[in-house]
Amino acid sequence: MKIKVLYLASLREQLGKSGEDLEIPAATSTVAGLRALLMARGGAWQAALAQGRALRVAVNQEMAQPATPVKPGDEIAFFPPVTGG
Amino acid sequence: MGVRIQTKDFDAGAEIAALRGNNPKIGAVASFIGVCRDANEGTAVTKMTLEHYPGMTEKALEKIVAEAKARWDVMEVLVVHRVGELKPTDQIVLVVVTGAHRGEAFAACEFIMDYLKTRAPFWKKEETPQGARWVEARASDDEAAQRWEPPKSSAA
Repeated sequence: MKIKVLYLASLREQLGKSGEDLEIPAATSTVAGLRALLMARGGAWQAALAQGRALRVAVNQEMAQPATPVKPGDEIAFFPPVTGG
Repeated sequence: MGVRIQTKDFDAGAEIAALRGNNPKIGAVASFIGVCRDANEGTAVTKMTLEHYPGMTEKALEKIVAEAKARWDVMEVLVVHRVGELKPTDQIVLVVVTGAHRGEAFAACEFIMDYLKTRAPFWKKEETPQGARWVEARASDDEAAQRWEPPKSSAA
């Protein structure tokens, strides 16, 4: 399925990329699955997305959890904990 | 009620006057202004850049405002948050809440800021004499937001 992935703030700098359109296996049906798929790219991906790194994920601009489903056409954003205000 | 993201500065007096209008039911106006400091974590800060997630930011703020209005008896709410380059003494964020009485207006204003700090997708990058660095989220901000959570049931 086709999805759109965004990388924001420090994560964008660590990955050298602000986002990408991806074709992922239908079996990658959750946020945790997508994170594992991206980590498997190795290098900066493995390091920046590793478990234990403080990371937030939004699906279609709503805060999500590891078990949140990923569906065709979704916009999934990875970013560090927020620091506004 | 409104939520605005903008690069330009804001005039708190003018914003408050516009929010109040001529409403004679308003008996309290609570406001908060967040300002850019010249130091953080013991290091001088010469400039900062605020980034956000367009689209999600507005939705997240509107949701926080809606929750505040559901929890407290307040009338109008305004949130203005700046993005882009800011320097020490610049204003960053404005929250204004109007209501009949101060208690509800104060509480709603503080709740909105605590939730904004932990749930709205903004990120600060500081320029320091040692180079640029992303601001780390603070545990104290999470604790401030948690005090507004409904009490957990003791039944396990």
